[in-house]
Amino acid sequence: MDFYFGLAQTIGIHTLLGLSAYVLMLTGQLSLAQAGFFAIGAYAAGILTVLFSWTILPALIVGALLAGFFAFLIGFPALRVRGLMLVVATIAFSEFVRLFFFNLHWRKTINDLEVGPDSTQGFREIRFFSANGWETWEVSLFVWCFVIAVMAGLWWMDRSRAGAVLRAVGEDELAAQSVGLNLTAVKVAAMTAGGVIAGIGGGLYAHTTTYIDHLTFTVLLATFAIAYPILGGLSSVFGTLAAVIFIQGILIEGLRFLGDWRNVLFGLLIIVVMNLKPSGIFDARTALMLKRMFTGKRG
Amino acid sequence: MLELRALSKNFGGVQAVDKLSATIEEGEIFGLIGPNGSGKSTTINLICGVFPLSDGAIFLNGTNLGTMPPYRRLRTGIARTFQNIRLFGELTVWQNLWVARNSLADTAGQGFMARWFGSSQAVRHEIDEMLEFADLADKGEELAGSLAFGEQRRLELARALATRPKILLLDEPAAGMNLEEVQDLDKRIRKLRDLGVTVLLVEHVMELVMGVADRIAVLNFGQKIAEGTPAAIQNDAAVQEAYLGAPEASA
Repeated sequence: MDFYFGLAQTIGIHTLLGLSAYVLMLTGQLSLAQAGFFAIGAYAAGILTVLFSWTILPALIVGALLAGFFAFLIGFPALRVRGLMLVVATIAFSEFVRLFFFNLHWRKTINDLEVGPDSTQGFREIRFFSANGWETWEVSLFVWCFVIAVMAGLWWMDRSRAGAVLRAVGEDELAAQSVGLNLTAVKVAAMTAGGVIAGIGGGLYAHTTTYIDHLTFTVLLATFAIAYPILGGLSSVFGTLAAVIFIQGILIEGLRFLGDWRNVLFGLLIIVVMNLKPSGIFDARTALMLKRMFTGKRG
Repeated sequence: MLELRALSKNFGGVQAVDKLSATIEEGEIFGLIGPNGSGKSTTINLICGVFPLSDGAIFLNGTNLGTMPPYRRLRTGIARTFQNIRLFGELTVWQNLWVARNSLADTAGQGFMARWFGSSQAVRHEIDEMLEFADLADKGEELAGSLAFGEQRRLELARALATRPKILLLDEPAAGMNLEEVQDLDKRIRKLRDLGVTVLLVEHVMELVMGVADRIAVLNFGQKIAEGTPAAIQNDAAVQEAYLGAPEASA
């Protein structure tokens, strides 16, 4: 049973990671900085619970805000460029963050035990949950509270004017500015929201695995972050969730018997989806059709 | 109302607009015509701030627009449509108007939450009015991209109007329209004037611009070669020459 609770945690955390890319992708921007924001959230929350003996909730919040703050800061320069240049700029950011933590050595002795980030050796003692006697199912529930809160928030945002504005910028920047939208403000706001969401995911990740090191936060993680919304489509947050369940639950766990061939399948799948349904499995038209089927009224 | 002072724009070596001066008075329909490549669309892009000016200045009610970015120019009351329709195709018709409506200067005083997440009864009512204006009242829930060509043109006009402009720049709104649609557009442009909106109409379709405009300026190779009433323009020798002696030909 613990296996399934563990899998539920992984799916929840990766959903947060995917949603952080989803928000920014609505404005038409592809960012590989999500791994960096995730790492900031993970290390910050871990440092707060381990070195400063904070409880989990404030540590997560501070980690998320810190990640959001960095997203806001790099949003201004990074979002001046688009397409491939943005991808390169955001990879650079993620690598910068990763290498910062690769070098971060901050050890303290607490209860006769030396703890804290130990540069290349990683950060091994993030044991808040086990030290406080949380059961695996309780941790899973805790993770999913955040996932559901973020999904509900984004779902609501999507149906408000803000959602229409993000999508308008994503579709046609020239038309968007001609109806009075400040493109930079909209994109930086989306980047910041994405940073906060990735930061929460990172904080939860650090505490569920108890051990993080720089190798967790490579470009591969950033690729996963954008792969989920690409695969799931941008019509709603449920597309991203469905893609995470599909990739983490079925492809990675379900096909473990295939060994390394899983990774080949993963790449193949993205190529197939991009060709058959370039706007994702659930695109706007599919979503509208489903909505009409179920409600038959305006949203 | 809108004053263009010696507007110039060169792209590399090409002088797209050359010292264009004109004053558009409040409440009038001002036509801007000229052969292909004479700088009409560039002029609109300059007024909207899509391209920076090479030289000259633009004043709206005495305010120099200078290097003001496009979104801020809209808030001073300049809205536009595009020569090639640029709607938000994956949004519904209603959402297209919703995005435009709330960016208004007059909603800036509202709370952040109201502007970005809420929609008051008044705003909804106004958007419904815009749908009426565009004869799209029953299409509010359709995706803008799935509308017919004529409907898309009307929606783009309504979207520009939803920003409550003082002056509306129409970039070839009749392009690709049949005669019936052009007549419909004619009525709609007059309706805009009745609503108190000043119109700058860039157009190739002479039937439309000669019928609806109060005054017309003619561009050729970026320079203004004539300005006056439609009747005067039709009899202008320089204009006839620019159009190869066929002033009423629609290019």
